[in-house]
Amino acid sequence: MNDFTLGDILHALLGGLQWTAILSLTAFVLGSCGGLIILALRLAHRPVLVWLAKTFIEVFQGTPLLMQLFIVFFGLSLGGVEIPPWLAAALGLTLYTSAYLAEIWRGCVNAIPNAQWEGSAALALNRYQQMRHVILPQALRMAIAPTVGFLVQVVKGTSVASIIGFVELTKTGGMLANATFEPFLIYGLVAAGYFLLCYPLSLYSRHLERTLHVAR
Amino acid sequence: MSYQFDFLAVARETPELAAGLARTVELTAVACVAGLLIGIIGAACRAWQIRPFNTLFAVYVEMFRNTPFLVQLFFLFFGLPTIGIEIAPDSAAMLAMVINLGAYAVEIIRSGIEATPKGQIEAAQALALKRWQIFLHVVLRPALLRVWPAMTSQVVIVMLGSAVCAQISTEELSYAASLIQSRNFRAFETYFVTAGLYLALALLLRQTLLRGGGRLLKRGRP
Repeated sequence: MNDFTLGDILHALLGGLQWTAILSLTAFVLGSCGGLIILALRLAHRPVLVWLAKTFIEVFQGTPLLMQLFIVFFGLSLGGVEIPPWLAAALGLTLYTSAYLAEIWRGCVNAIPNAQWEGSAALALNRYQQMRHVILPQALRMAIAPTVGFLVQVVKGTSVASIIGFVELTKTGGMLANATFEPFLIYGLVAAGYFLLCYPLSLYSRHLERTLHVAR
Repeated sequence: MSYQFDFLAVARETPELAAGLARTVELTAVACVAGLLIGIIGAACRAWQIRPFNTLFAVYVEMFRNTPFLVQLFFLFFGLPTIGIEIAPDSAAMLAMVINLGAYAVEIIRSGIEATPKGQIEAAQALALKRWQIFLHVVLRPALLRVWPAMTSQVVIVMLGSAVCAQISTEELSYAASLIQSRNFRAFETYFVTAGLYLALALLLRQTLLRGGGRLLKRGRP
């Protein structure tokens, strides 16, 4: 006995897709802010700060996203406060995104020829002015394509949040699959939902890479 | 508010963790070798536009790079049985990892192949090398050497991604962790230690692949 019509299924999945998009955007926006902070630390002239940023990046790039979410989820509950899955997911994904974006952007800053630093130093710009007026504007241009490309990884990463109980596209699909006994159809549709979000971003990133003439 | 950490409760479960770690390593090793093979075949088809395989590989690459690994895993494990293909958790995890890594490998290796200077191939032809000799020695090996760092990163990413395989009850490292925390009620400590193990494995894997792969690809070259 199956009481779900295809319309019901699609409606529920679209609801899930919406939460996937919201979580992705939240993680991306907050992660960009975090990424900037880590980048600033990473480029600082203090060894302690550089070490801190390096360790942060290494840890978040070297452990599974699932473990990060679990640690945030259970770590924050240690004090006795129950935190909702969406908060743990948003926080975990933000930290994960910051680490990756900081590393991507550092690569772009490093790719700026040394002469640009020397030239701006010769013009008596201080380090902040060099960054603000000479290095970052050029690095930003290079950073756009890989940043959009990484957004695809963020969208896909949000599926892991379903495991700690956040009801987004994958979780909605899981519940529907259990209710309808049609996992083939449901997971096919779930995959299509992600594809719909990610493929345009991938295409756009590739387009940017070509038009901005940036070799990897 | 005061919480007493108890990492000893996790240390007592070392055999469980070691078994999970071994399974994760095993899955990664298979994925690495098979994924690389798919990558080489797919990249060759894509780079030389061998029909109809170039289109098939293009579709495969886009499909698997634009959907989450977790959904691919669920589709294989829960979806395929409904159309009559039964698959064990271990095989599903392995298959998903191979297919996922393969999709990335095609793109990575293709970029390496396409960066081959034309003159190299012309020179090889002038030296009367056979087609397969040219592919193997003039195109493939330098291409792999060129993209080996990117390939290594992708293998590490797939290894880390395999943590979600516990969701279909593949008994890898994160499965061991969830088992342990359900026994000792020390979720935080357990996942903290497990994350540390993953980190160590990731660093070791990266070093091993970079060193070993580089040495293997450079062997017998000036």
